[in-house]
Amino acid sequence: MRMQLARDELLAAYRLMKTIRVFEERVNLEMATGDIPGAVHLYAGQEASAVGICLHLDDQDRIASTHRGHGHSIAKGCDPEGMMAEIFGRATGTCRGKGGSMHIADLDKGMLGANGIVGGAPPIACGAALAAKCRKTHGVAVAFTGDGGINQGTTAESLNLARVWDLPVIFVVEDNGFAEATSSSWAVAGDILKRAEGYGIPAERVDGLDFFAVHEAGRRAISRARDGAGPTLLQIVLPRYYGHFSGDADTYRTAEEKEAMRKEQDCLTVFRARVIDAALLEPAQLDEIDATVDRLIDEAVQAARAAPRPVPEQVATDVYVRYI
Amino acid sequence: MPQKSTRQALNEALRHEMQRDANVIVLGEDVAGGKGAQGEQDAWGGAFGVTKGLLGEFGSERVMDTPITESAFVGAAAGAAMTGLRPVVEIMFVDFLGVCFDQIFNQAAKFRYMFGGKAVTPMVIRTTFGAGSGSASQHSQTLYPIFTHIPGLKVVVPSNPYDAKGLLIEAIRDDDPVIFLENKIIYDDLGEVPDNAYIVPFGEANILREGTDVTIIALGRMTKLAAQAAATLADQGIECSLLDPRTTSPLDEDTILEFAEETGRVVVVDEAYPRCGMAADIAALIAEKAFDALQAPIIKVTPPHAPVPYAPELEAAFLPSVERIEDAVRKVYGHGR
Repeated sequence: MRMQLARDELLAAYRLMKTIRVFEERVNLEMATGDIPGAVHLYAGQEASAVGICLHLDDQDRIASTHRGHGHSIAKGCDPEGMMAEIFGRATGTCRGKGGSMHIADLDKGMLGANGIVGGAPPIACGAALAAKCRKTHGVAVAFTGDGGINQGTTAESLNLARVWDLPVIFVVEDNGFAEATSSSWAVAGDILKRAEGYGIPAERVDGLDFFAVHEAGRRAISRARDGAGPTLLQIVLPRYYGHFSGDADTYRTAEEKEAMRKEQDCLTVFRARVIDAALLEPAQLDEIDATVDRLIDEAVQAARAAPRPVPEQVATDVYVRYI
Repeated sequence: MPQKSTRQALNEALRHEMQRDANVIVLGEDVAGGKGAQGEQDAWGGAFGVTKGLLGEFGSERVMDTPITESAFVGAAAGAAMTGLRPVVEIMFVDFLGVCFDQIFNQAAKFRYMFGGKAVTPMVIRTTFGAGSGSASQHSQTLYPIFTHIPGLKVVVPSNPYDAKGLLIEAIRDDDPVIFLENKIIYDDLGEVPDNAYIVPFGEANILREGTDVTIIALGRMTKLAAQAAATLADQGIECSLLDPRTTSPLDEDTILEFAEETGRVVVVDEAYPRCGMAADIAALIAEKAFDALQAPIIKVTPPHAPVPYAPELEAAFLPSVERIEDAVRKVYGHGR
């Protein structure tokens, strides 16, 4: 069951995961140049989660995301070039330079926004699921949140609401072990799965290093939602390669820990090994994707650097649709 | 024209818009009335009966009771508004919005701007405000200045049944998030309200009275007190203009400035707390843009900087009164004469 994906689907999955990885590594590099305003929260290490879930979704389906939203955006089909421009604060960015890294959105792609507020996404995803249900689109909504977000009241309230309204919503809790600098082993009381089960919501814990496990769990949850059986929670356990944000020295983890994490917990390496061992894909095909993606991201950075900056006259536009 | 209460006027506005547009849904605590209970499903129509009868006409897919979880359902309304519905959320008391501020001022209010102008969030939050019912500190506040402070939100404060209906229809048709504040003391007020659907536009002050001596600007229920004061003062030879801005965001600055310049003497009456309130905002606007026309300092008539008390004597002392408005008008009228 687990690996019954067509070759082009496998290639697409790898391409997306690789795009996220290279995008994030490059953003990290570009941060050092001082040309990116503010801070970024990098997703590297978590690629199998975004891609494993979002491959099941089309533009009618909606996701609401977290601080760490670049990966979700790319997986949901947002244009990496527009995203890069947005992160550089340019007028050609996905949000015309008004949102930045923490608010990247593309409503046409069903990406309802990264979110600067921990726990911000679950209520919004419930709303998108409600709209899908009322409008009978058969669409679903995914709320990405973290082990930090799971402790917010908004998430608890959303679990309750999703169950009582039987909303086609999937709560994906990306548990990277840290909410900012605070360990989830200390901050999360009890068991996240049992919290969902307490609301009558089925829940699964998934290995976030294993794309196929995420993809399969995502398939189950999303078909359940599409079939009208209501919400599911997935706790996806995965590593966070970087600190909480770009300026975070990440001193709460030792250098050895971090080195070992990157070496031993890499969803891309796991994916490569799996598909090559099973003779589903040739190493050369994957290498070719690597090269393409490197080029694509490089071009995105060049384009972002060359892109026009927003003009001051735009500071107060787009506040309202219509304001007399 | 038929006489209707504010409550009926609001109910009609909801009914018109639900009939007109299938994407308009109503959600909130008890708006369907007794979901999950035996017996009549349309028992309450919300705590104040404004949505009564809508469940029977539109069904439980469009009139939805919620658990008492404001963060979840206000946020869900924002998400639903961004994805094609036009939710009208009822929050029993504006005081309760404290628990879901994030969903209002970081989410709904910001989608359009931070997504580069590419999002619309056509949602309305209907809620009640105001002292005078003995409900004390957590059920009586007048908090529209807080929402007025937030760019991205439109803020509506109807003062009579006619405006309530027209402004609510406008609010539901508006593509921005609207906070619609109903003073609970005026639900039973009667006024002429047409049966058909009509609009009262945002950002146009209502000129309730025209006079040459003093301009009074009052909001919501305070317009009634101000009208009473103005009538008494007219008998004493002081002619007042009376403006009701109707919406605090957008604010009809032009009309306010025009009347302030004409009389040169201004009193602003507001039930909200005095600090960073609407009265302060309007007074500052006039001081900045019509200073040369002023012949007296602007006086604000507001409650003290204190929570709303419980005991009737204290609550009466808290609220602006007709007498305090009259005194303020006499004072600005007499200044420099």
